Formats: sequence, C-alpha cells, structure tokens
Amino acid sequence: MAEILIPDRPVGIVGYGAYIPRYRLPAREIARLWRGTQDAEVLPIDQKSVPGPDEDTITMAIEAAENALSRAAVSPEKIRAVWIGSESHPYAVKPSGTIVAQALGITPNVSTADFEFACKAGTEAMQAGFGFVGSKMADYVLAIAMDTAQGRPGDALEYTAAAGGAAFVIGLAENSLAVLEGSFSYVTDTPDFFRRAHQLYPEHGHRFTGEPAYFHHITHAARKLMEGLNTRPRDYAAVVFHQPNTKFPLKVAKMLGFREEQVRTGLLAPFIGNTYAGASPLGLTAVLDEARPEDRILVVSFGSGAGSDAMSFRVTEAILERRERAPLTRVYIQRAKIIDYATYAKWRNKIVMH
Amino acid sequence: MMGIPGNWRLRKQRYQLAGTRCQNCNQIHFPPRQVCPACKNRQLEDFRLSGRGTVYSYTIIYQSTPKFEFFVPYVVALIDLEEGPRITAQLTDVDPDQVEIGMPVEMVLRKISEQGERGLIHYGYKFRPRIR
Repeated sequence: MAEILIPDRPVGIVGYGAYIPRYRLPAREIARLWRGTQDAEVLPIDQKSVPGPDEDTITMAIEAAENALSRAAVSPEKIRAVWIGSESHPYAVKPSGTIVAQALGITPNVSTADFEFACKAGTEAMQAGFGFVGSKMADYVLAIAMDTAQGRPGDALEYTAAAGGAAFVIGLAENSLAVLEGSFSYVTDTPDFFRRAHQLYPEHGHRFTGEPAYFHHITHAARKLMEGLNTRPRDYAAVVFHQPNTKFPLKVAKMLGFREEQVRTGLLAPFIGNTYAGASPLGLTAVLDEARPEDRILVVSFGSGAGSDAMSFRVTEAILERRERAPLTRVYIQRAKIIDYATYAKWRNKIVMH
Repeated sequence: MMGIPGNWRLRKQRYQLAGTRCQNCNQIHFPPRQVCPACKNRQLEDFRLSGRGTVYSYTIIYQSTPKFEFFVPYVVALIDLEEGPRITAQLTDVDPDQVEIGMPVEMVLRKISEQGERGLIHYGYKFRPRIR
C-alpha cells in the first residue's frame, strides 16, 4: 500500500482566514428564470454567494490572507511562498500571487505561483506548503484557495457556482493551531468536468460527475489516509468534504461511515453554494471556528479531472486565543444581501454592453 | 487613463495606503509627501495607515466617466482616517441609501477599473462599513 504523505519536520496551520462576498442569489430566483415552478422543490442549495462588481479572486484572496496573517501574528516578510489555487485567476498570463503578495507586504523575497486543478487547486497549494515547510526550505507559506466560479446561464451548475474561499499560514507544528497528522492524494484521468482555453463556461458530464468522479476519488483518498494513520471515522470531531451541493457531501459521509453531525459544521454549501477551490478549505475554517483542543478534523477535497487530497489535523490549545483575532466565517455568511438575477447578470458580465 | 508605469509607481500607496510621517512634527500624510506641509521638514519616513476611518461626507454618482460606468450608481466619500489624513475614495459593499456621515469604515482592496478587455486590471483601496 502507498504510504501517507507527511514531512519529516512536523508542520501545521498557524493561522487561517475566510472570505465570502456580501451578495447572495437565491436558487429559486434562478429557477424562476429557467424552470418556472418545475424544480422549486428539488433545488440543490438555498442560495449562492456572488462577488460584487469590483471583486475577483485576487481581491478576495487578499482579504482571506489578511485574516490568516492576523490569526497567525506572523509578520508578512517571513512568508516565503504565496501559492493560490483557483480556476478563476483574473489573468490567463500574470500570476495572481504577485499582486496578492505585493498588497500584503510580502514581496520581494518570496516564491509565488498559481495552482490549477479545478476544485482541488486550493488543497494542492496547502499540500505543497506542507512540503515546503516540512523540507526546511521555509518556515512559513501562505496557501490560498479562492474562486469566483462560472456557470453557464440555464445550466444545472448555475444554481451553485459561487464565490469565496480561505487562506492558511502554514508553519511549524510547534506554532500551529492545527497540526498535520498526514495527508494523501489520489488522482486518475477522469474527465467529469472541464473548461477549454478561451471558453467562458465549463462543460460537465452530468451524472458522470458523481460515481466515477466525486465519490470514487473522495472515498479512496479518505480510506487510504485513515488506513495509514490507523484512524476510524469515530475518531474525528468533524469532517469536511468538497461540497458542490448539499447532497453529495452528506452521501459520501454516509458511505465512509461518518455521522451527519460530524459533517454539519463544515457544510456551508446550503448557504453560499459551491465555492469550487474554496469549498473544502472554507468548510475547514468554519470547523476551526468551533473546534476544541485535541479535536481531530478530516478534510477531503475533490477536483474534477479528477482527484482528491485528504488531510488529517489535530487541533491544539493555540486555537482558543487565535480564532478571535479575525472575523469568524459565519460573520461573512451572515453578511448577506439578496440580489435578483438581473443584478447578477450585469455584475457577472452576462449583458453585452459594447 | 493611467498607463502601466503610472499604475506600477503608485502600487504601494494604492494597495497598502502607504503614506509618510514627518520625523520632526509627527504629522502623517497621505498620499506620501517629499516635504512636510506643516513644518517644511524634509526628513520623512514611510508610514502605513491602518485603513480605519469615518465618513466625513459623500455623494452618489449616477453619471460617471466611461471608466466607471459599470459600477453606477456608486458612492464617493471623503474619509477621515484615524491617523489624521482625509482622503477621497469609493465606498463598496454598501447600498447608497445606507451611507451616513460619521459611519465607521475600513479599507479593502478592490478592482478600480480595467483598461478594456485586453488591458491591465487596476486594483486599489476602497472603503466599506467596518466588520473587522
């Protein structure tokens, strides 16, 4: 069996921060436009978050990272890498990380790169950060998971394609509020969802996105990690799965033997939708907001294409003091202003102006 | 419209509210100065403002230049920063009818404008109702 991924030098999360934009588009408003009353009883979520007209992955990454740096109380110049996972980087060529690092006062002695792997680009950046710190190349890395997801008007994914994410200052275990116990990555060539270059909207394989993609990769990554760590579902206070809707994470939890109450704290999709690369990292921030020292937390992302990163953490005493240093994730969830489809269409550039 | 070099030159003050402080009389300036306007001293040091302040006055823009027409209606405010300087900036994440004189606000970094679909995206400070 493949061994779990864990660096020689113990590492963990020193600070975390969330960001969710202010605006919400109710699923019933999308259904009203495209389906009339046909799907009113089977909507995948209640509402999704929508970025304001002046927001993008870069501006949102900066606010989440400010919150993470506040909790970590690490001065910006000590950060030696800024890695951002997203499928909505504003530029095709020009790294988001350069602007984020400059704005945060981290430049110039830093490595930056933009990661891409659909909805698991963010946990990929975290994994790389654990390796960078674990190998002694750096003491601190800023890993950010952030998206402003695109959904084709009228498509099933338009109900859920949302905006938000989280940032993590990764450092030594001895300074961490959550220590990494181990991780596992599991990837195959499974084309369940993709977007070709220069295309505005992604394509997806409808029901194919479920069994061979989401459920296969998450269950394998989670089981292999738990086997390697010799842990069982009941050892975890909370578990966070990628959450493209409300149903999938609850179903995969049941398949793996977790109870619904272990999933609920980190299940944000009903209130804000699918924040793509931001989704499971943002769920982790909501869990950390309520975690107690010694709690174990399992996080399993899923990215189309396809693959999963599973990570097991143990919370430390440091959580108690640090979580109050920045807004809790629910502050951003509750800061909700409902908009209509017309406003959404204008802000998301669905109206041709010129 | 500001070009690439101008945008690059101003990045610290636009991204971080980087101003100056007079080493003689301690007055804080934004935008940064070469000479202190209060005491004419030339020994100034970099000073990053906190980004916290209150709305001194404001106006709602309904007819903008083409550069900002995507954002109308939007609010432009005079903001008294905690450290003293009064600056002009757009407000964001707020409905125009919710803005009040004296409202506490905080700086956020947002998109200011774009040089068309092919050009640079300009980022800079705006202010929103305080949540942090």
